[in-house]
Amino acid sequence: MENRGNVWVFAEQEGGKLADVSLELVSKACDLASRLGTKVEAVLLGNHVESCAETLFRYGCSNVFLAEDERLEPFTVLPYAKVIMDLILEHKPNILLFGATMKGRELAPRIASQKRAGLTADCTDLQIDDFEDKVNKKSYKDKLMQIRPAFGGNIIATIVNSWDDPQMVTVREGVMKMGAPDDSRKGTVTRVKVALTEKETVLKVMERVRQESTVNLKSAQVIVAGGYGVGSKENFKLIRDLADTLGGEMAASRAAVDAGWISHDYQVGQTGVTVRPKLYIACGISGSVQHRAGMSESKKIIAVNTDPSAPIFSVAHYGIIGDLNSVIPMMIKAFKAKA
Amino acid sequence: MYKVIVFVKQVPDTKNVTGDAMKPDGTVNRAALPAIFNPEDLNAVELALQLKDRYEDVKVVAATMGPPNAAKVLRDALCMGADEAVLLTDRAFAGSDTLATSYALHCVAKKIGDFDLVLCGRQAIDGDTAQVGPQIAEKLGIPQISYVQEVRELSKEKIVAKRAIEGGYEVLSSPLPALLTVVDANTPRPRNAKRVMKYKKAMGRSEFASTLPADADKASAVAEFEKKYAEKGLLITEYTAAEAGADPARCGLAGSPTKVKQIMSVVLTAGDFKNVEPTEAGVSQLIHELITDHTLG
Repeated sequence: MENRGNVWVFAEQEGGKLADVSLELVSKACDLASRLGTKVEAVLLGNHVESCAETLFRYGCSNVFLAEDERLEPFTVLPYAKVIMDLILEHKPNILLFGATMKGRELAPRIASQKRAGLTADCTDLQIDDFEDKVNKKSYKDKLMQIRPAFGGNIIATIVNSWDDPQMVTVREGVMKMGAPDDSRKGTVTRVKVALTEKETVLKVMERVRQESTVNLKSAQVIVAGGYGVGSKENFKLIRDLADTLGGEMAASRAAVDAGWISHDYQVGQTGVTVRPKLYIACGISGSVQHRAGMSESKKIIAVNTDPSAPIFSVAHYGIIGDLNSVIPMMIKAFKAKA
Repeated sequence: MYKVIVFVKQVPDTKNVTGDAMKPDGTVNRAALPAIFNPEDLNAVELALQLKDRYEDVKVVAATMGPPNAAKVLRDALCMGADEAVLLTDRAFAGSDTLATSYALHCVAKKIGDFDLVLCGRQAIDGDTAQVGPQIAEKLGIPQISYVQEVRELSKEKIVAKRAIEGGYEVLSSPLPALLTVVDANTPRPRNAKRVMKYKKAMGRSEFASTLPADADKASAVAEFEKKYAEKGLLITEYTAAEAGADPARCGLAGSPTKVKQIMSVVLTAGDFKNVEPTEAGVSQLIHELITDHTLG
């Protein structure tokens, strides 16, 4: 029952541009595949998207299953699920990785349900290890360890898919490190015959409006983030002022986003963006595990909070126990004086 | 007539985790966490009730899976305006992962039958997976529209809904029946005071049975209770796994492909830590340090 199939990545694209998370997953898939002695393959769907295959090769894919059809552009869930399901049945991959994007999070469960395979959402780490199922007295070799925070982030669970393959997971953008591209890497393109029926094309897109987000937290070197302690929408101006002064970006915790003070584009954490800047300044953020999962790998962390027992201090390098309303202006003044 | 099933879930309030939330052995102390109505499921109920307000002859059935006391969220849904409530409860469902959960819920949807729409919140705050909605849709063999913000149009032929996509929105049309997952784009109405007076008494047979003395003739007491409460419109319909037609092999732990290998309590890693005074001098010294080591500037 051991599956020696390859490691697959769902290569998500929008308008012919690959999602960063897909390339991050290709890099991670390379680690997993070398451990298993198998290859990395990508599943690329859309229309006129063949040029993406070259990029996937450079990051380590040795083969790209390419399905091009006008019914695959723009993305809708039913035809994508059908094409990928057909590929799974034909090629029996061992592992299938999805970005935990809005597309990935509606597509992966649809496929997992049909295949009756396990699916673990929002993994923060993936490893290969053996698994002893003591309850059912079965042992498995070289399974995918699917590591994720659970129960509001208060525990970290290692989950194993003991059933049917593929072992499926979703991973948030920014969690896995993107490797360096290598132009000398080449691969093959396997064209897929798209077999869709009326049943999969019942969803009609009548209108589609989108624009690239202008918020780019992932590449920011300095991030100033505000949480519930900021207190109001108006007061986020303080956070923005400090970010602007330091030449950085503004960000927020989920509590501040949920309060409606700032848009979700700015959210750092398990259900937002994962960041690793040189400096992360957390203002009025208590530091739930979900938030820390998105920023704890920052090089330097400053926490400003009135509550000395706030968990954010446990990951901070510098802690300022005080009111952000007085501390932030001090920071702005001090930086302007020195810089 | 349109029949709308809304799946709701009672969840531990993971946003308000206190010191007692973890037991000394590192496992979660569920009893220490208050149980609440999953927030985005309230948005799903609201969307269903808006359809009831806008279109004639819409019937809203709130349904959940859980222990007998999960009937609490069904009472809340009735108080908001739902017409009927269904509770799927059975020990056979314990330990269900998302696949087994969606299997069980699809069984109850079929048991309820003749539905035009199935609504779910996008995700539950105890797992944040957002998987159960799409998986129910697949098992029912119906289309799904995820991340719905509003319904633009509903007719016997189709539903037109606006939904969120990355960086924007999309308007999709789908034939019925369809499943929608709903995001927090509306404001759930409060429980209606008049309805609260009536439906606070709504109850399922398990809750009723637990109030009976040990030596009571449970079967006949329950039968009488069900008849009386159904007449008054206060009965929360209950199904066991068998009554919902669920295959035991696909329920609970047996029906769950994902196994938990290991659970670790989160241990906070304290590195080198410097306490900075909240004064001009303290802050100025900190900024100086950060500029000197090229973190800033």
